[in-house]
Amino acid sequence: MKNNRVDFSAAVENEMCLILPSLSVNEGMARAAVAAFCAQLNPTALELADIKCAVSEAVTNCIVHAYREEMGEIRIEVKLCEGRLIQIEIRDRGCGIENVKQAREPLFTTDAEGERSGMGFTVMESFCDELRVTSRVGRGTSVTLLKRLHK
Amino acid sequence: MIKKGGQITYEKRGDALVVHVCGEIDHHSAVGVRTGIDDRIMAERPTRVLLELSAVDFMDSSGLGLIMGRFALVKQYGGTLAVLDPSPAVMKIMKLAGMERMVSILKTKVK
Repeated sequence: MKNNRVDFSAAVENEMCLILPSLSVNEGMARAAVAAFCAQLNPTALELADIKCAVSEAVTNCIVHAYREEMGEIRIEVKLCEGRLIQIEIRDRGCGIENVKQAREPLFTTDAEGERSGMGFTVMESFCDELRVTSRVGRGTSVTLLKRLHK
Repeated sequence: MIKKGGQITYEKRGDALVVHVCGEIDHHSAVGVRTGIDDRIMAERPTRVLLELSAVDFMDSSGLGLIMGRFALVKQYGGTLAVLDPSPAVMKIMKLAGMERMVSILKTKVK
């Protein structure tokens, strides 16, 4: 965990919203669109790679865990804030997470039969400066990724 | 531009089957990659499988599951699996998951 918590009140300089159906083919679309929008801040290649990977994990969670076999809506809001802070919220209206703390533990997975690594939240947490997860069973999950770019 | 994910080509090197994967590996592309590789592995049962990942320019944790699944499959019949020349993107996420302690990583390309 990083010590410096990110200031959520930073002024928004630009923002975008993307709504996608929970089709796995949209995983690549989602991370490419977010990366293209963030590119206006001239991030390094490494920073952009981190953002793409974290977004991919969050969107995959919506498809694999939140909606499972059903089709649902994935809403992605990206805010570019003062101080080169990027705030990305990925929200679903799926089944929700019963125990968020447990879900965030490395290697935890509910997919014992398949090949999920259980590293999704760990990747998001490691590749961003802060990760916030709120969830209500039966209502959905909101994942917020915060990444501060170097000056 | 959205790159096409997970194209595979195969090469025989002695007793080893080299599986070259290129493009992006995510949950979507991993399904096709997994099926393709598994069919080939089970048809040939090579002593060694080398997953060559130098041309993978994006990989998320779905790729970790893909590697571990093939590792387990090859181990079942007594074979071995190693990752060959991982790209920086692959290396970063493998290190994060501590996978270099479980799966051999071979590097032949000089940077």
